Amino acid sequence: MQARRLPAEQAMLARYRAMVLIRRFEERVQSLFRAGRVPGLTHLCIGQEAVAAGVCSALRPGDRIASTHRGHGHSLAMGADPDRLMAEILGRETGYGGGRGGSMHVFDAANGNLGTNGIVGGAVPLGLGAALAARNAGKGAVAVAFFGDGAMNQGVVLECFNMAALWRLPLILVCEHNGYGEFTASDDVTAGELSARGAAFDLPVQDIDGMDVEAVHQATAAAVDSARQGGGPGLLFCRAWRFSGHHAGDGQDYKDDAESRAWRARDPIPRQRARLIDEGLETDESLTALEAEISDRVQAAARRALGAPEPSGPLHEKLFA
Amino acid sequence: MTETRMTHAQALAEALIGEMRADPAISVIGSYVFGLGPSSAQMGRIRQEFGARVFDPPSAEAAIVMLATGAALAGGRPFVSIGTAAFSLVAWSALVNEAANVHYQSGGRSSVPAVFHMLHGVRAGAAPQHATSPQAQFWNNPGLEIVLPASPADAKGLMTTALRSDNPTIFIDHPRYLETEGAVPDGAHALPFGQGRLCREGRDVTIVATSWMVKVALDAAQMLAAEGIEAEVFDPRTLVPFDDEGLFASVERTGRLVVVDECVINTSVASEIAARVAEHRFDALRAPIARVARPAVPAPFSAPLEEMVLPSADRIVGAVQGLMRRG
Ligand SMILES: Cc1ncc(C[n+]2csc(CCOP(=O)(O)OP(=O)(O)O)c2C)c(N)n1
Ligand SMILES: [Mg+2]
Repeated sequence: MQARRLPAEQAMLARYRAMVLIRRFEERVQSLFRAGRVPGLTHLCIGQEAVAAGVCSALRPGDRIASTHRGHGHSLAMGADPDRLMAEILGRETGYGGGRGGSMHVFDAANGNLGTNGIVGGAVPLGLGAALAARNAGKGAVAVAFFGDGAMNQGVVLECFNMAALWRLPLILVCEHNGYGEFTASDDVTAGELSARGAAFDLPVQDIDGMDVEAVHQATAAAVDSARQGGGPGLLFCRAWRFSGHHAGDGQDYKDDAESRAWRARDPIPRQRARLIDEGLETDESLTALEAEISDRVQAAARRALGAPEPSGPLHEKLFA
Repeated sequence: MTETRMTHAQALAEALIGEMRADPAISVIGSYVFGLGPSSAQMGRIRQEFGARVFDPPSAEAAIVMLATGAALAGGRPFVSIGTAAFSLVAWSALVNEAANVHYQSGGRSSVPAVFHMLHGVRAGAAPQHATSPQAQFWNNPGLEIVLPASPADAKGLMTTALRSDNPTIFIDHPRYLETEGAVPDGAHALPFGQGRLCREGRDVTIVATSWMVKVALDAAQMLAAEGIEAEVFDPRTLVPFDDEGLFASVERTGRLVVVDECVINTSVASEIAARVAEHRFDALRAPIARVARPAVPAPFSAPLEEMVLPSADRIVGAVQGLMRRG
């Protein structure tokens, strides 16, 4: 995992590094998709890096996350090996699931990632279960459940809000509100204000600028601290924007250009970059060098994944533990 | 009867538009009836003509299926798009425990005239959670009609009948068909449920297939013909009601049966069809029945593994050759 127990300045840099890694990684997946090298539908999180990096940097070993169909960023922010993640997305034997699961089914238990998930809302009950297990284990660990604005309309999500609050479980509910579910605007399928739903369950709600990694981090850290001390769950609304399409092949003609431009101006990566330089923590040169190093790392991951063997069976292997 | 060439998705839209014009009780619940590809444009035609009768739902399948059941009980005739068939699993209770049971448990007094449309099957990289073919699972729930079209003409004819049916109808399409073309009868075109289609005649073996597997079976039949083996390809088109007569008549002609199915082989559609023939036409068989279906593993993401699980023309040819050697 990135950025654990680091002094504040180093943690800010670690979050920047995590965001750049996610961005470069997703861009590489996008180009591989365009080249026809990625099977299936792949959902990229370009634009939403601050949520993954900000939330996961507030966690420590032993904590767990449950992720979504848009989960490459969450996986990387929890410390996934880019080689193995890229290999899984390309369906290779060296991937996290040996190429059996792909982008929407990445399991990295060693780093606390209980899996990306293809069912909208699925991460919420899974995360709730992880919080229940954490409570049972009694070591002060917490669980994070990621979900989108679209998932907020699945009944099971609200059922979990109730149980999380009722049992005061150490669950951080992170809604990545990017304004769309597939090609449908959230407002077209949602009654009322989503963030108001927390109050009905007595869930402490924080409404956050999801394009600011430090804001996301601070809000998460507060919710995590409270949850570790038995204060129960918290609900974070991270308002963000996906710059990339719903999936890697989506041209997004359903979005308003002016609105997209306005959100792009709030790109979390240049924002954090400027902050690091303004506060005298880094220089343009040091960050440029870091960015180059990350680009090389991602290129190497893609090269290794492309060179890795595809699985050849036997088919029934890995079906039972 | 005049015909027009069109895609499978267009044929579905023709049926939907025709029936919506004829019956104001029909409403559409769903935004992406025809998938996310080029066929999604068909939705525009339906919105344009019937705007207020189209409801764009949030992702809330369990509630949507249940509310459609309620609407149907109250005199509506909802057409519900579930999208990927795997998402029907989220709505399982509403489909199999509510909609399916209403007519029986009301002593035949109430009914659920609703259509539940979904897209099943393995398609490049769908991976375990998006490749479900739930037709055999549905078949285990009496009270549901189950439709699996395999041509644009059948898509229009069966959809028309589904929309007119007073029973809950599970309409399962294959995304690989949506953009395929064929001749479709103009005007109102309703095909009766429970009547299979003999897609190809042949004396040596009966290959029964549904949905995308009909295409694969026809490919196999062509390969077999080159070896001098004449295969008959029979598509039951609906599982409920099922055309037992059509199936049995074909087996009586050929004496051999291969059943091809995209379901996982255990308790599959192929299993049920094989059991019916074994029970009722054992004496007509000259060789054991063969099933060509998905092995009992989740649908792998990896392309080569995916290829290994999919029933292919080669696997069908191999199965037929095996039967020919037996007798
Ligand atoms: C149960 C279920 N229904 C429908 C889908 C299809 N689907 C995939 S992503 C998506 C939209 C989800 O929107 P949101 O929760 O806002 O997440 P985002 O894609 O914006 O990250 C839908 C409806 C699904 N995967 N699972
Ligand atoms: Mg969204």
